[in-house]
Amino acid sequence: MSGPAVLPDPAGEGATPGAVRYPSHWRRPPLISDGRLRWAIYAGVLVYLVVGIGAVEVNWGRLSEGWERGLRFLGGFVEPDFISRWDDIRAGLIESLTMTLTATVVGVVISIPVGIGAARNIAPSPVYLACRALIALSRSLQEIIVAILFVAMVGFGPLAGFLTLAFATIGFLAKLLAEDIEDIDAAQVEAIRATGAGWWQVLDYGIRSQVTPRLIGLSLYRLDINFRESAVIGIVGAGGVGATLNTALDRYEYDSAAAILILIIAIVLVTEYVSGWVRARVQ
Amino acid sequence: MAIQQPPDGPIWRKRTTPQSLALWFGWLLLVLLFILAWEAMTRNQIWAFVWDAPEQAADLFGRMVPPRWSYMDQLWVPLWDTINIATLGTLLAIVLAVPVAFLAARNTTPSPLLVRPIAIFIIVASRSVNALIWALLLVAILGPGLLAGIIAIALRSIGFIGKLLYEAIEEIDTRQVEAIRATGAGPAQVLDFGIVPQIMPAFAGITLFRWDINIRESTVLGLVGAGGIGLQLKSSVDSLAWPQVTLIFIAILATVILSEWVSARVRAALI
Repeated sequence: MSGPAVLPDPAGEGATPGAVRYPSHWRRPPLISDGRLRWAIYAGVLVYLVVGIGAVEVNWGRLSEGWERGLRFLGGFVEPDFISRWDDIRAGLIESLTMTLTATVVGVVISIPVGIGAARNIAPSPVYLACRALIALSRSLQEIIVAILFVAMVGFGPLAGFLTLAFATIGFLAKLLAEDIEDIDAAQVEAIRATGAGWWQVLDYGIRSQVTPRLIGLSLYRLDINFRESAVIGIVGAGGVGATLNTALDRYEYDSAAAILILIIAIVLVTEYVSGWVRARVQ
Repeated sequence: MAIQQPPDGPIWRKRTTPQSLALWFGWLLLVLLFILAWEAMTRNQIWAFVWDAPEQAADLFGRMVPPRWSYMDQLWVPLWDTINIATLGTLLAIVLAVPVAFLAARNTTPSPLLVRPIAIFIIVASRSVNALIWALLLVAILGPGLLAGIIAIALRSIGFIGKLLYEAIEEIDTRQVEAIRATGAGPAQVLDFGIVPQIMPAFAGITLFRWDINIRESTVLGLVGAGGIGLQLKSSVDSLAWPQVTLIFIAILATVILSEWVSARVRAALI
């Protein structure tokens, strides 16, 4: 917005009166070009920060107490205690791992037809809308909230966790699969159809071969995510190692909690590494 | 007499025999693993609870509607807290993640052998622990309240923002950096004029994206005592006040949709 005449020449000298004055220094253009809007946004951010930070009540006495606890917790990481609660930890980890695997397999199996139904280029309109609605429902509800509902329906334990993770997998995988199917090379489908192939044959030879590598990659990625989530949903009673962690922290057993966290991080790293390696080979 | 002569060479097949055997074996392994996992998972399951799940679901639904609209009066403050947790947590995460990203990017790190692995480790450790677990730890250490929630969101977001930002830094156009350096600019000036303008759009996009996710995550942090609307959710679930739970779900859903709309608008305006 600033033309040459608006900017004052900082040097001043050599400017003949009446001539157009050009700036002698380059200044980078601001992110938001409208000056008034820019200052309004700065002021708004400042006001928000004052109000927002003011709303945070900090109990300094509790914090200084927390400092000592934090140090004890760090000490727990230096000397994690795997032994005294090992039975609980093992049971929790087995629940988490079995939940992860079964939920991923079932979720993938269900999300394939849903994903096909949610692809605009191959599904009829009513099926498309129904599948998209299912995907939107699954994506907008958070895992923890779904877990609360499933625990209320089928009771505490890994089955509720399994249902939660499978449901979340459908929203994630079916959406990405549907987008992948919508992006496929139409010429190949056309070619298969031109040979006189029926709907199933078009699906098998024209579409499946194009989306399989990505489907495998996404499934492995979801396996990864499901394990991370399985460590959390135990907090609301849906089984897994999260419940064990919650108990350990409630009892102030920081060394056991540190051991569980180390195991979670290690398993996440291993699954991430393995799934990344497989994905790189498949795609 | 045969009408078609078989070709001289081997007949074309998609996979060689060892390949198809390996594939078949892989599927067999997956099925076996699935059955084993299912067995282990459902060993202690009381199936009577599962068979009446449809009745339970119908019963639950009957108790959840209609939502108790009058409860909304008590939800405005927790909702405001939730938004504060997400926003202040994202701001704190930016402050912490930007230096980590510059230390982790191959082309800006001061030492690829010493500093880079540490920065990468910070990013990985932050990413592999869910915000709810961070909140669980921080509530145990700092006590319940908004502060634990803000720090939990920040700690989880460091990994996310740091990873995407350092990848953006590694992908910049080196010729612009070269050109700035050729004018005699020092390292800080190269950073300011050569690198930062190139990553600004990516940075804005990443931050908005993470803010959006953080709004979702902060709605449930209260389940472990870290402030926000999750506190009301937990007390309503624990006291089986299902009409209130429905209203909280509606409030959460509305907040999430609103935040998505805001971030989409801001993104469109900025980028």
